Amino acid sequence: MRDSKNGSRSTLIVTLVALIALAGWVVACKTGGSSSDVMGGGDANSVIQERGLTPDDVYAAVKTYMPTGKHDEYLIMSSGGHSGQMMVIGVPSMRLLKVVGVFTPEPWQGWGYSNETREVLAAGRVEGRDITWADTHHPALSESDAEYDGDWVFINDKAHARMAVIDLRDFETKQIVKNPIALSDHGGAMVTPNTEYIIEGGQYAAPLGWSYASMEAYESDYRGMVTLWAFDRATGRIDPERSFALELPPYWQDLCDAGKGVSEGWAFCNSFNTEMALGGIESGNPPFEAGASQRDMDYLHIFDWKKAAELVADGRASQINGFDVLTLDVLTEEGVLYFVPEPKSPHGVDVSPGGEYFVVSGKLDPHVTVYSHEKIQQAIAEENFSGTDQYGVPIIDFDAAVETQIELGLGPLHTQFDDQGYAYTSLFLDTAVARWTLGGPYESLNPDAPWTLVQKLGVHYNVGHILAAEGDTASPDGNWLVALNKWAVDRFQNVGPLHPQNFQLIDIGEAGQTMQLLYDMPIGLGEPHYAQMIKADKIDSWDVYPEIGWDPIAQAVDENAVQAGEERIERNGKNVEIWMTAVRSHFTPERIEIQQGDKVVWHVTNIESAKDATHGLAIPAYNINLSLEPGESTTVEFEATTSGVYSYYCSEFCSALHLEMLGYLLVEPES
Amino acid sequence: MERLVGPRLSSEELRRRKAEFVLPTLCFLVAALLLVISILTPYWRLELQAPQYPKGLEVKAYLNHLDGDVKEIDGLNHYIGMRPLGEAAQLEQSLSIIAVIAIALLVLGAIVIHNRNAALLALPALLFPVVFLADMYYWLHNFGTNLDPRAPLSSSIEPFVPPILGKGVVGQFATVALPDAGLILATLASLLILVGLYFHRQAYKPLVERRRRQRGSESAPEAGRENGSVA
Repeated sequence: MRDSKNGSRSTLIVTLVALIALAGWVVACKTGGSSSDVMGGGDANSVIQERGLTPDDVYAAVKTYMPTGKHDEYLIMSSGGHSGQMMVIGVPSMRLLKVVGVFTPEPWQGWGYSNETREVLAAGRVEGRDITWADTHHPALSESDAEYDGDWVFINDKAHARMAVIDLRDFETKQIVKNPIALSDHGGAMVTPNTEYIIEGGQYAAPLGWSYASMEAYESDYRGMVTLWAFDRATGRIDPERSFALELPPYWQDLCDAGKGVSEGWAFCNSFNTEMALGGIESGNPPFEAGASQRDMDYLHIFDWKKAAELVADGRASQINGFDVLTLDVLTEEGVLYFVPEPKSPHGVDVSPGGEYFVVSGKLDPHVTVYSHEKIQQAIAEENFSGTDQYGVPIIDFDAAVETQIELGLGPLHTQFDDQGYAYTSLFLDTAVARWTLGGPYESLNPDAPWTLVQKLGVHYNVGHILAAEGDTASPDGNWLVALNKWAVDRFQNVGPLHPQNFQLIDIGEAGQTMQLLYDMPIGLGEPHYAQMIKADKIDSWDVYPEIGWDPIAQAVDENAVQAGEERIERNGKNVEIWMTAVRSHFTPERIEIQQGDKVVWHVTNIESAKDATHGLAIPAYNINLSLEPGESTTVEFEATTSGVYSYYCSEFCSALHLEMLGYLLVEPES
Repeated sequence: MERLVGPRLSSEELRRRKAEFVLPTLCFLVAALLLVISILTPYWRLELQAPQYPKGLEVKAYLNHLDGDVKEIDGLNHYIGMRPLGEAAQLEQSLSIIAVIAIALLVLGAIVIHNRNAALLALPALLFPVVFLADMYYWLHNFGTNLDPRAPLSSSIEPFVPPILGKGVVGQFATVALPDAGLILATLASLLILVGLYFHRQAYKPLVERRRRQRGSESAPEAGRENGSVA
């Protein structure tokens, strides 16, 4: 099958190359081949020969090349890893379109320099400290009926258990919330099918609220958790008042996923230290890596989030740091939480498009284990439990819950789906992506036998997450798969010992053993974890703000926005308030004379409405750089503690007279 | 009275030469209608093309306002010291709607005038497109030749008159000025008026002359006195 596919592909390539060559010849003839400023006219065949490209290379090039002015079909929203940002990447070109400031200051976007954006970042302070980095892991696009709706993206910070809300109308962060009961998370962000809740599963157990307890008290005082953040579409904000958490045993919960279709209302989280290992390698104890890997099975957590929400509404929650938490007693008493054994130290739990199955990968087990929602529900109804754990949580019998296990290879991690009944699982140790078939309702979608491995494709190297086009929704699109590789080793030019990560685009358009690697994209920003790929036409974003004077945080006209002619400076004692406009190529006012010690409130409105007519406002020495996109209004406050002459200027090249777009801030010394 | 409005038709005459009388009426009616419709549409537009504006910029001149990328064009124009476009032709803009309705009513009035005075009533409408363009030219000239000498680019641009119709160049912009729907409708109205006046003459001139002959024979004895009084 592979050979015949390659055969037809070769024919296609020869035809394409011939067409390109012919087109080149036509252009060359038309222009006489003499004009140096005419594009084209090159001989594609000689380029292919000179560069030593194979037919597969040419196919990959033709599949991914994006001519100028053409747009990509899909957008990837990717974790920016340690940068605390989110990347936006086009598919199939794999071009980086934007790096959105989220948890950390981002100078170009003025993110974290204006009053409004400082306030958003301040909500992410931990114990009063500014946190200047984040370990962003899993972005989650908002969903309606378990389909991406293109409105919002949520992303977590594993290091501090924080969650951020990004609005896709302007690709800007609007809110950061800090989890009041946990310091680390991992199983977030995942959304329920209509974005009622954003799931944030914990990771490293600690006393809830991370107050002190010695490790001797691990089993009694340390706890895991999963938080359900209630999202309000009307305000575009997470509502902490309506949010709540589930107290869980201290098993180090890992990834989560929300049920959909037949399993809507349920959610699933892995765990990987049911041994409750305490570490202590320095004292001769087994290190965590060994201690947490002793048992053959850990517990997949299965919980009924709708019932949990009802219990919270009925006042059954306890308060920890002012946050609603359903304790283990309530969860077990009310039948909210169940466990089912899963091969040890698992990483991903991924729900099939229709919600019938969930796929768990035990990192140290060469199989993926496929659970049946129907069987689990039947086991719960029949109380087919093999017992309870020491915290009283019922454990569903493994054999009663499992649909099948499929041997794929070493180090299975994460699974995605396509529209042809295939599932794709990343194999970290094999450094490959496995294509395998689903059974049941998916059996008829491809010619391969159900529940079997079809193809393994090597990737470079040590793949973590993978993502397929809308591959975790109710109707995956197929066509494209991206492997998010942790190591690049030899894939790129050496740029020092800290190598870029490698995003590899894979063609999954055809059935059978036809997966082909298309493109390597280096990521030199941080270590991204998960990403999601959405059809680009689902996102309806603004190219300029809808009205002059727009406050992007409030998504409304700013009361301090001014139009041309309304600019002014007002003094009230030591307080100086400035209302400024920016337009090509001047600020109004251009001279601001104040006294040392004055408190300055500086409003500035970009009164432009042309695409790309963005202005910056840089105020050197006072650590201020604002980005004023067309129509945007923003405010910055500072105390003029030092005297001197400060030339403020436009920091975004806006026009031929951009350099002339400046003003003087004159701070007269205190007498 | 008859001298002003021309001879009235007898019903017998109307029956006999119906088609001839209907034609000018129809032309004037449609012309008036087109003029009124033209109020709702732009009369003139200017398209500006530059590499960094792939979709171009456009300003549309309606009789009473400007539409399109006026703000952006004004923003760019400040570099050469041109005044904001909205300051042009303010008097004309405030009067134009009433004026066009008035001249359309005059055209309707021409329907009931059965002598050459009909042409006088239709004349403002007939000339309206030319008047519009002449006024437009005046303002383009006024704006293009009264540039602020202190503007950033004043030393690198000479005063100029943008073409009222056709192509021009300003800085990196290639401009095209085009008549828009309103001006086309108004021009059609003018043509219809011309055609209407021709049919009007065909239909009523024989009547007018017959009446004159009749009047001549009826009042021949008094002709001398009448002539004398006129003299």
